[in-house]
Amino acid sequence: MAFKKVIRSKKIYPLLAALMLFGTTVMAQDATTAVAQGTTTPGSPDSMANSAMWTGVLYYTLLFLVGCVCLAIVGRILKVYDITQKMQGKKGINWNGFMGIICLVFLIAGMYGAFWSIFVQGSMKLPVAASAHGGEIDTMFNVTTILTLIVFVITQILLFGFAFVYRGSEKRKGYYLPHNNTIEKLWTIIPAIVLTVLVVFGFFTWQKVMNSDEQKGDLNIDVTGHQFKWELRYPGPDGKLGTVNYTLSSPLNVLGIDFKDRYSLDDLQADTLVLPVNTPVRLNIHAQDVIHSVFMPHFRVQLNAVPGLPTFFRFTPTITTAQMRVETDNPNFEFLLYCNKICGGIHYNMQKVVRVVSQAEYQDWISHQKPYLTPQLKQQLKLASEKSVPAAASRLALNN
Amino acid sequence: MSTLAVHDHGLVHHEEGHEHHHKATFLNTYVFSQDHKMIAKQFLITGITMAFIGMCLSLLFRIQLAYPDKTFPLLETLLGRFAPGGRLSPDFYMSLVTIHGTIMVFFVLTAGLSGTFANLLIPLQVGARDMASPFVNMLSYWFFLAASIIMLSSFFVQKGPASGGWTVYPPLSALPKAMPGSAEGMTLWLVSMVCFIGSSLMGGINYISTVLNMRTKGMDLWKMPLTVWALFLTAVLGVLSFPVLVAGVVLLIFDRSFGTSFYLSDIVLNGTVQPFEGGSPILFEHLFWFLGHPEVYIIIMPAMGISSEVLAVNSRKPIFGYHAMVYSLIGIAVLSFIVWGHHMFVTGMNPFLGGVFMITTLIIAVPSAVKTFNWLATLWRGNIRFTPGMLFAIGMVSFFISGGLTGIFLGNSALDITLHDTYFVVAHFHLVMGSAAIFGMLAGVYHWFPKMFRRMMDERLGYLHFWITFIGAYLVFFPMHFMGLDGVPRRYYAFTEFPSMARWLSVNVFITWAAFMTGAAQIAFIVNFIYSIFWGKKTIQNPWQSNTLEWTAPIEHHHGNWIGEIPTVYRWPYDYSKPGADEDFIPQTVPFSQTMSSNLPHDFEDNPEGLEEYNKWTVTNKANEQVK
Repeated sequence: MAFKKVIRSKKIYPLLAALMLFGTTVMAQDATTAVAQGTTTPGSPDSMANSAMWTGVLYYTLLFLVGCVCLAIVGRILKVYDITQKMQGKKGINWNGFMGIICLVFLIAGMYGAFWSIFVQGSMKLPVAASAHGGEIDTMFNVTTILTLIVFVITQILLFGFAFVYRGSEKRKGYYLPHNNTIEKLWTIIPAIVLTVLVVFGFFTWQKVMNSDEQKGDLNIDVTGHQFKWELRYPGPDGKLGTVNYTLSSPLNVLGIDFKDRYSLDDLQADTLVLPVNTPVRLNIHAQDVIHSVFMPHFRVQLNAVPGLPTFFRFTPTITTAQMRVETDNPNFEFLLYCNKICGGIHYNMQKVVRVVSQAEYQDWISHQKPYLTPQLKQQLKLASEKSVPAAASRLALNN
Repeated sequence: MSTLAVHDHGLVHHEEGHEHHHKATFLNTYVFSQDHKMIAKQFLITGITMAFIGMCLSLLFRIQLAYPDKTFPLLETLLGRFAPGGRLSPDFYMSLVTIHGTIMVFFVLTAGLSGTFANLLIPLQVGARDMASPFVNMLSYWFFLAASIIMLSSFFVQKGPASGGWTVYPPLSALPKAMPGSAEGMTLWLVSMVCFIGSSLMGGINYISTVLNMRTKGMDLWKMPLTVWALFLTAVLGVLSFPVLVAGVVLLIFDRSFGTSFYLSDIVLNGTVQPFEGGSPILFEHLFWFLGHPEVYIIIMPAMGISSEVLAVNSRKPIFGYHAMVYSLIGIAVLSFIVWGHHMFVTGMNPFLGGVFMITTLIIAVPSAVKTFNWLATLWRGNIRFTPGMLFAIGMVSFFISGGLTGIFLGNSALDITLHDTYFVVAHFHLVMGSAAIFGMLAGVYHWFPKMFRRMMDERLGYLHFWITFIGAYLVFFPMHFMGLDGVPRRYYAFTEFPSMARWLSVNVFITWAAFMTGAAQIAFIVNFIYSIFWGKKTIQNPWQSNTLEWTAPIEHHHGNWIGEIPTVYRWPYDYSKPGADEDFIPQTVPFSQTMSSNLPHDFEDNPEGLEEYNKWTVTNKANEQVK
């Protein structure tokens, strides 16, 4: 009741006007004082920012309150209108009919908005898949989109259409229809069939995409995630990656490469994930501390990097960076690899540039990469092995 | 046998009820109440408070997403060290995301939704004087409140609240040094969850036993309203799946505090080799999602039940395909236990398992589709009364369709390779379980407010609240689909580091303003809610002309619900607009003998005596007409 009185009271309007006036004058005063302070005492930006902040807060609070009061006034007017109509013996506002009409308006506006969003924002989606398997995923995506859009449009039209058409009136009565087995069977079986098609389609695509068994001619690359960086390891001329043991990890040997393994000795480090086009690549994905996720959306590649559980993703890039730059009409386009599993504060900036190049360019690039076995590391290992196993040291020297 | 039990219980309670009248104090009426109606209100008000806090957290991180380069001195004033220089710190951003998710999923849409409506509706709609165990019911609330307080208290520890995402995957959550939130904040999170699960189990066991043992005379399972069916199956899901989360959480506590290696192996943190060996983070993911997936159905099923009821009442029509509605609920409940792996398609789990989980996941779309079509058929040729509750129920169906359809993309493991953990997922689950469930909850609040508080809520404020929230939620979540299709990951503090993502900044600004608009609309609800509790229009006995049992209970609350005998139930709860009846509703308590003109042969399917009577009546009626 007290609340009602406040709204009804006529004093509220002058009060409101005074408040608004006061608010703007305070703002203006603050602005002038702030300017004055700024010119006279430039040493106190803190208090300046503070007062500006509070006037900002005050301003938005007032704005909100004014909005609320306006709403309350509109509500009152509607109520008064309603009561006078009823006093004259007419019917009051037909909220039921009104809501039905809004449902229809929402349906039309909503459909327009949805399709605007689908065409305008939907066109900002990832460019064409840059990998061999990506095309199949995209086809399936398109088929699913068309099917679901049809269902989306029909069901939303039925929902809000029924709400509008069958909006209540005292003249009508609902139609007593508890069930209809035929139609219920129909709309159980049709979704079941459609979903079966999608499942079969999806199942075989999935099996094919996720088959990461190593085949001859694969380029094996190690990708290791740690907070908040990716480490890359390419095989050297021997084409094989050496073993890794996390207990050997040290500042010089971050990955913990086991140099007792012959294959490790020529392993190369790289800053950019450079891939030769049309060559099957097998990523060996590792994590050192927490779960990360190798996400390369342009290639339709994603797999988590799990500490203690190496994972593999085999794919074939089909479009070079240069081609993609033409395709997307963006001279600065780069393929990217980024982390897609929450891994800590800097999770949002854990990226690696991926560059797809021709076979010749790749050979040239790989020949310029440095081995993991740096001179300092060699020195350290030599010292260590001289202490323990001299034989290993001699082999080390022999190989280099 | 069961009738006997019900009778006994009724008697015992009646006596207790008298005892209560003699020494009703503030403490045992409002605080340590064992009355299910009061406990429901406690759950509701705590749930709304938590929802409000969760919403404010989301608005905070929306500011960061829209204006990653601007500073807001107010933030520093409010948050202190969490927002140095007026910008949220990356770690605190993660905390906000984590606690927002935890609060919304567990504290609002599990406890706030099930806790409120199971407590309020189960005894009133099945015709019981109270829950099977009122004391355990009270404990359930107090464990929930303790869990809420512990969860919120984590904002006051030095390093801030848990920040590894609401799924708290180890090793991030298991290694206190991996991020600030994994220190004391994570401990508090785990303690809070253990309390929460305790509360949830105590509640769930109570709901199940009440539904199974304490139905009134005549209330067989196939005469229960869909709300009770939904809440009952929800409780079953909770009782079966929450213990698995306890197991997962306890092992995580062991890993964190006692040096075990259940989830940890081969870890080098910040250059230091850790001594853990032999564990697997994937194990936690399995344990977590074995709860986590049923959990999303724990959230949505009560909303489905409430919407079914509200749609039928306000369409003045029986719910279409009552049996199909129940069977699809059962189907969803059973299937929900074998689909958890679809959260793990790209975790490194065996790809063959991924294929299997895809099949089970897409099967679950069939009962969901059946439910949607049945709701639409319920509206068809109805005489729709747009109460705010009805609008929210319609909104729930709309969100369920929009969000459910994108589930067909995500349930497909091959498509999930690109969509996993992007904004597409954020859009999907915020529509299908966030918005849809909260709309189901609000539909319930508007619909049963008169039952809870004996007063009506203001309709016009309800309309305003509905339309702004409904449009706002679509404006917030619809554009997110396309960010996901562009490969924008979720839980990113800022998009500024990627030139390809920076172009989404304008969309982010739009979403943030839409979120603020939606947030402001909730003030209309809060004002309406509080004002109506104290000064709203007094309700009449059955304000919505509804058939269910709760509207036969007196408006004034009694511990024991009905004065005198509990009414007997004779028919299903959806006899709306039955041809031949005088009014457009026939409450469940009206026997068929009083409604001879509207009876149908279908009403006597499993009642041969009744059918005989009915046939006799139709024969004589025809004879009479011929005579005339």
